[in-house]
Amino acid sequence: MPLRVVVLGGTKGMGRAVARRLAARGDRVHLLGRDPEELARCAADLTARTPASSPVSYSACDLERPETFAATVAEAATALGGFDTVVITAALFATQARLETDRAFTQRLLTVNFANTVLLCEHVRDYLLGRGGGTLCVFSSVAGERARKPVVLYGASKAGLSAYLEGLDHKFQSAGLRTVCVKPGFVRTAMTEGLPEPPFATDPDSVAATVVRAIDRGTPVVYAPPIWALVMLVIRWLPRVVMRRLGF
Amino acid sequence: MTTPAARTDGTLSGWGRAPVVPGYQVRSEDLLAITGNVPLTRGLGRAYGDAALPAPGDMCVAGSTLADRMLSFSADTGDITAEAGLSLDELYRALLPRGWFTPVTPGTRFVTLGGMVAADVHGGNHHVDGCFGRHVRALRMRVADGRVVTCSRTEHTDLFFATIGGMGLTGHILDVSFRMVRVPSPWVFQETQRVANIDAFMDALTTSASAWPMTKGWIDCLSKGPSMGRGVLFRGRWADAGESAGKGFPALNAPVPVPFTFPHGVIGVHFDRAFNAGYYRLPRPRSSVVHPKEFFYPLDGAGDWHRIYGPRGFTQYQCVLPASGGHDAARRFLNVVTRGGGASFLCVIKDCGPEGEGLLSFPKAGISIAIDLAMNDNTQALIDQMNECVIAESGRIYLAKDALTRPEHFRAMESRLDTFLQVRRAWDPQGRIRSAQSVRLFGW
Repeated sequence: MPLRVVVLGGTKGMGRAVARRLAARGDRVHLLGRDPEELARCAADLTARTPASSPVSYSACDLERPETFAATVAEAATALGGFDTVVITAALFATQARLETDRAFTQRLLTVNFANTVLLCEHVRDYLLGRGGGTLCVFSSVAGERARKPVVLYGASKAGLSAYLEGLDHKFQSAGLRTVCVKPGFVRTAMTEGLPEPPFATDPDSVAATVVRAIDRGTPVVYAPPIWALVMLVIRWLPRVVMRRLGF
Repeated sequence: MTTPAARTDGTLSGWGRAPVVPGYQVRSEDLLAITGNVPLTRGLGRAYGDAALPAPGDMCVAGSTLADRMLSFSADTGDITAEAGLSLDELYRALLPRGWFTPVTPGTRFVTLGGMVAADVHGGNHHVDGCFGRHVRALRMRVADGRVVTCSRTEHTDLFFATIGGMGLTGHILDVSFRMVRVPSPWVFQETQRVANIDAFMDALTTSASAWPMTKGWIDCLSKGPSMGRGVLFRGRWADAGESAGKGFPALNAPVPVPFTFPHGVIGVHFDRAFNAGYYRLPRPRSSVVHPKEFFYPLDGAGDWHRIYGPRGFTQYQCVLPASGGHDAARRFLNVVTRGGGASFLCVIKDCGPEGEGLLSFPKAGISIAIDLAMNDNTQALIDQMNECVIAESGRIYLAKDALTRPEHFRAMESRLDTFLQVRRAWDPQGRIRSAQSVRLFGW
C-alpha cells in the first residue's frame, strides 16, 4: 500500500529530498509550506518525476501561525482523501553569534522550532489517532542531544522537541502512533551553506534514504548519517569539565 | 553525490584544479535570491579552467546545484522545462527508466543544464545532432540589470544565441526548456575497432558517420612515425529491445572516490606510455551491448579522478581543426603535441558537424582533438604552440576546457567574437557579469 504523506518543509533541503524519494516509489504526497509559488514549482517537480500519477497537491501552512493548524490538517486530509504519515522538516536556523545579538529572531526561532512545531504535532496526533494510527516523522537535530557552545539556543529548541517526541512515543505507541524523531548531523543544504564542514557531513539525499527507511520501520529515533549515533554516544558522556573546554 | 568536493579554504577552482583563485560560492534553492548581486553563476564545476571562477577582485559566485527542480515534462512530446542546477545524473535517474534521454550529452553526467547551455556541449552524436543548444527551446534568465527575461528563437533572439555557448557571460540562466528524445532501450550497442594511424582514423570516422549516430575515438598521442595517431574507434547506437532483452535496467551507481591527491608527477610520460600501449592492445569485443555510462561516461566511474594529476592540477586542451585542412591538419597538430612533450593518456578525437547557432559555440565542421595535460613549467609554452598551429589551420579552442590561452590567440581564432561582445555589452553595459576567463580573454 502506498503511503499518503503530508510534508511540511518539502520545498527545500532535506524535506525536498524526502518528498522526492517518497513520490519516486509511488507514495502520494501533499506539500505544505509558506510560499505558494515555491509550492507550485515543487509540486510540479514531484509530478514530473513520477510516472502516470495525478498532480501532487499542496496548500499553505506557516509555522508562525498556529491558529491555522486545524484548517491545515483538514485541507491536507481532503486533498489526499485522508493521510497516514506526516513529515515535518521545516524549522528556523541561525548561528549562535547572530542569535545572541538578535532577541527578536531568537524569540521567533524558539517559538517556531519548539512551541509551534509541538502544537502542529498535537493536531496531527489527534488526527492520526482518530483514524486508528499513523506515522509522525519530525526533524530534530543532534544539536538537541547535548548542549554545546555553537548551538546553545538552536540546540535548546531541538532538545525540547526531541523530549516531546520521546514522550509521544512512550504514551501513544500502543495506540498506533508511530513517532520518528530524526537527528541529522551536518547536512550540506542552503541552511548550512558557508559554515565550516565538520566530519561526517552528508548530502540531503542520503539523509532522505535513511529517513524513508525509518518511516517504513517506525524507528523511534534515527541518526543521519547513522554514524552520528556513535558520535553522540561519546559526546553525551563527556564530563562537563571537558565540554567547557571544547570549542564545539 | 553530484556535489563536487567543496574547497573549504576560501578558494575555488575548476575541474583541472588549476588555477586556484580566492572566492566562495553561495548556494540556495532560490536562484533569484542569490543572483542579485553576483557576477557569475557556477554549476557543478566541470569546466576545467577558469570559466566558472570569479574574476580578480570578485569573491562570491552563485552556485546553482540546489536549484534542481523539473518544472514540467510531457511524456507525449518529451518537452521539458527544468531549473538550471538540475544535473544530467539526476535527470537520467528520473527519466531514463521511462525511456527518455537528452538529445546530446557531454562526456560526464555530472554537469548541470545551465552549464550545458553555457558551454553548448557536444557529444559523440555531434555529426548528426549538433550541440545541446540546437535542442534548447527557451531560457529564462536573470540579466545584468536584475530583470528576469525569457529568450528563445523568437523572443530576445540576440540574447538567446549569445547565451548558447556564451559561458554564462550574458546573465544568470534560471530555467532551461528543451526536448528529451525517446530511446528504444536504456542500453547502448557498441562496436569497437583498432585503428593503425591518424589517416586511417580520419577515414574511419568519416565512413562511420553515415551509418552510426554516435562515434568517438581514443588516440595514443605518444606513438610516432607511421603509427602516429593509432587508437581505438568507438561507434554506438541505442540498443533495440531485442538486443537488450533480459538485461534489466542499468544501475547508475555513485562513483568510487579517488581518496587522495596523487603526488606531483605520478602521471607522467612513463605512466602514459605504459597506459597507452596497454589500452591500445587491450582485448575488447568487436561488438557488444554496454551500459550507457560505459559508452558515454567512462571517466565518471571514479569520483574526483582529477586528483590523479597531483597538487599542481591539469588542464585539458581541446581544439577543432576544419575539414578544409584535410588529414594533414590533424597530423600537423599531433606533431606539435608530440614535439612539445604533450604526453597524455587521455586523448579523444571526434569528427564534428556544421557550426551551431550559438555565437561562441565551439564545434565547427572538422575534427576535434582533446588532450589532458598535467600542469608543469612547460604547459603554457605548449599551449601557445598548439594555439599557433590551430590559428594557422583556421581552427578554434573550447572555452569550457581553457585556462591558459592568450587573449590575442583567442581573438585570432574567433571571427564571431565582436558580435558576441556587442550583444553582451547591450545586455550588460556596465560589465557586471564576468568570470576570471572573460577578464583574462576579453578584458572584462
